[in-house]
Amino acid sequence: MLAVFFTAGFITIFITVGIVYVLLSDAFKFFQVVSLKEFLTQKEWTPVFATKKFGIWPLVAGTFLIAAIAMVVSIPLGLLIAIYLSEYASVRVKEIAKPIIEFLEAVPTVVYGYFTLLFVTPILQKIIPNLEAFNSLAPGIVLGFMILPYTASMAEDAMKGVPQRIREASYALGATKLRTATHIILPAAVSGVVAGFILGASRAIGETMVVAIAAGMYPNLTLDPREPIQTMTGYIVQVALGDLPYGSIEYLSIFAVGLALFIIAFVFNSIALWLRSRIREIY
Amino acid sequence: MVAVSSLIGTIKDIFIKRESSNRIDKSFTNPISIRKNEEDIKIEVKDLSFYYGKFRALKNINVKIPAKKITALIGPSGCGKTTLLRCFNRMHDLYPGFKYEGAIILYPDGINIVDMKVDLLDLRRKIGMVFQKPNPFPKSVYENVAYGLRVNGVKNKKIIQEKVEWALRSAGLWEEVKDRLNTNAYNLSGGQQQRLCIARAIAIEPEILLFDEPTSALDPISTGKIEELIIELKEKLTIIIVTHNLQQAARVSDYTGFMYLGELVEFNRTDKIFTNPQNKLTEDYVTGRFG
Amino acid sequence: MSKDRKKNSLKSDIIYPIVGFIALLLVISFMITLVLDIFIDGFEKLKDPSFYISYPSRFPEKAGILSGWVGTLLVMLGAIFWSLLIGIPAGIYLEEYAKKRGFLGKIETIIEVNINNLAAVPSIIYGLLALGIFVYRFKFGESILTAGLTLSILMLPVIVVNTREAIRRIPRDIREGAYAVGATKWDTVRDHILPYSLGGILTGLIIAASRAIGETAPLITIGALTFIAFLPPSPFTTEFPFLSYERALEALMSPFTVLPIQIFNWVSRPQAAFQINAAAAGFILLVLTVLMNALAYYLRQKVRRKYIW
Repeated sequence: MLAVFFTAGFITIFITVGIVYVLLSDAFKFFQVVSLKEFLTQKEWTPVFATKKFGIWPLVAGTFLIAAIAMVVSIPLGLLIAIYLSEYASVRVKEIAKPIIEFLEAVPTVVYGYFTLLFVTPILQKIIPNLEAFNSLAPGIVLGFMILPYTASMAEDAMKGVPQRIREASYALGATKLRTATHIILPAAVSGVVAGFILGASRAIGETMVVAIAAGMYPNLTLDPREPIQTMTGYIVQVALGDLPYGSIEYLSIFAVGLALFIIAFVFNSIALWLRSRIREIY
Repeated sequence: MVAVSSLIGTIKDIFIKRESSNRIDKSFTNPISIRKNEEDIKIEVKDLSFYYGKFRALKNINVKIPAKKITALIGPSGCGKTTLLRCFNRMHDLYPGFKYEGAIILYPDGINIVDMKVDLLDLRRKIGMVFQKPNPFPKSVYENVAYGLRVNGVKNKKIIQEKVEWALRSAGLWEEVKDRLNTNAYNLSGGQQQRLCIARAIAIEPEILLFDEPTSALDPISTGKIEELIIELKEKLTIIIVTHNLQQAARVSDYTGFMYLGELVEFNRTDKIFTNPQNKLTEDYVTGRFG
Repeated sequence: MSKDRKKNSLKSDIIYPIVGFIALLLVISFMITLVLDIFIDGFEKLKDPSFYISYPSRFPEKAGILSGWVGTLLVMLGAIFWSLLIGIPAGIYLEEYAKKRGFLGKIETIIEVNINNLAAVPSIIYGLLALGIFVYRFKFGESILTAGLTLSILMLPVIVVNTREAIRRIPRDIREGAYAVGATKWDTVRDHILPYSLGGILTGLIIAASRAIGETAPLITIGALTFIAFLPPSPFTTEFPFLSYERALEALMSPFTVLPIQIFNWVSRPQAAFQINAAAAGFILLVLTVLMNALAYYLRQKVRRKYIW
């Protein structure tokens, strides 16, 4: 039986090895046609044009623009909620609020995509007149809500983990709840809170359907949230939707983009794990 | 290359049943002939030391535990009495970082309990254990008692039924539970649960029964019942009981060992230990000056 | 001055909870708006019974979700099967068998870190893995089998983590009680560890499945079709043994579509009539997700009450 159990555990390593192998081997074939230098320095991404150009920056810019908008929405909102839930809210409010926040991540992302394209964008267009039908603002805002389980819920867990005695020491000096929360608890829980932010950002970077539906399919090196863009995930979807011959340059290009995405997600996740391991060391 | 061969070694470890990692002095592994004057000895501990990682929790313990008697191990917390008790059924082996030195000879077989070649399942069948907190399985009363029989290969329903009834009677629990054998053991009271654990242990008819502070989580009435039960069980098997309750040791045991900082300071008949201890430390402890 | 400070401090403790509560209300109203929006948009189709039993069509008023929900059902069955097959033993290994020392301990640490990392890999990357391995290298094609395997990899980390947590909740007294009567490790796992952690494992399974059922991106990557006007052959037959191996294999290898793919396809159409279909199917998917999460929540409470160690 031991062998069976060990094998099962070992298979999980094979999955990672498989991911790395597939991404590397097909990306390698891609880089035999397109130089790594072009991939990393060109500023245009036009794989479906007659003159194909493979500079990944427009996709990276699109990806990070949306993630940044998501963070701008999610961090303040998440912190407000985390402090409220951990320091003020009654048990009852918490019991209702926590599952709802957690559920934000369980909603199928294709449903968010629908909601973004056909509800959020039209409303935003009334406020911002020259907002295009496909843009990065609306998906960014929706993703900001979607990652609240990381920015709010994980931050709250981290703050709740600060020992009660530290809180009491602050109250004993006559500090208010808010001052204690912002000056004592939050700094003490900062590793866990930031780890949550980073995991949230990583989630926003890797999210696919919302951006594929609502952000457009237009590789665009811009910081203007009103314009259509394309993210790395959006590009993979666009290519996969077409019927591509195995081994064609477009087929191989999604593995190169996937490799870049995997590296970014891996770095973000490693930082978050490292930050969380620090919490355990402190207490 | 080193990594490869060590990987192969590891894989072998996984797929081939581990033989042993020899840490035990070979001289103790041979069966020892039983001399006449040792006939009433059940367990003989010889120069036993036990380590958790680098920490030496037991230091050169030597003691002979008489058969069909109750032996109590007393001492302040952290003295190693539970550690010694858990050597007898090799409970330490469940967790990494253990190491035994010396020998524990089990009579009449003459096997060395702490030999890495010993069949642990067979050993634990012979040496049962009752724990500090009642730990029945969250199964029916009947299944709790039958469990030991089942894992030891008894399949005949009738035999199991008979043994379960016998064990529950021996544990003084039969009258209380005979109408609700199918109820979950967690519905019993704490004292009943502990007697159920005793029934579970004796159902497989061990030669020795280890008690690890069996009444520390119980009320005085339940404690009294368990103590009576322990005294009754002495007719059938050898009993070793760890207790921090000196009165309990005095009430139930025939022999008492006093342990302190991993050493067995004194071992003698219980009345001697309590009325005329030879060692100053023992005297201080039993008279309540420390501990 | 000290009076001022007191006033300020009191103010902040009165104002903040209100601000915090408003932030929370904002999130809740976001959620409610989302649900209401797709419900209202899709209502027309939701109340139409033919929507549930029709195949996709290029006429929006005729299009339905039959092949979508059948596909979702089959793919999920596969995903659940594979993820349990690997996930439960892996969880048991890490909790009950792992030595945590020496060379093997190093492998165990790698497995552990690896599972944590797998949970954070973007789902579309799993799609690329499946495309490269299952579709092209193993030649499973763009099939129900591939889709089930793909989603099972997504579910795996959640199942392993939940299995481990469920096992960890079993006190060590119970294990020792079993070993003390001569049970082997396998006896202990089979008779105690597995039965007592089953509720927790099931909870993890449902949560994992509720995530997988809405996954779209990895299935697009492995080539889910959007237009499927047939169902996979049923492996059941009228003659003994009532199960045809060939037809089961054919079903496993057939092309597929799933609900989320249908939604994505309909959202991308310019005609507003298709968007009604998207909303209706989206609402069904949302309801499924809510039900599964509610079931998991209920199960977790029940397990906690059943085993009070």
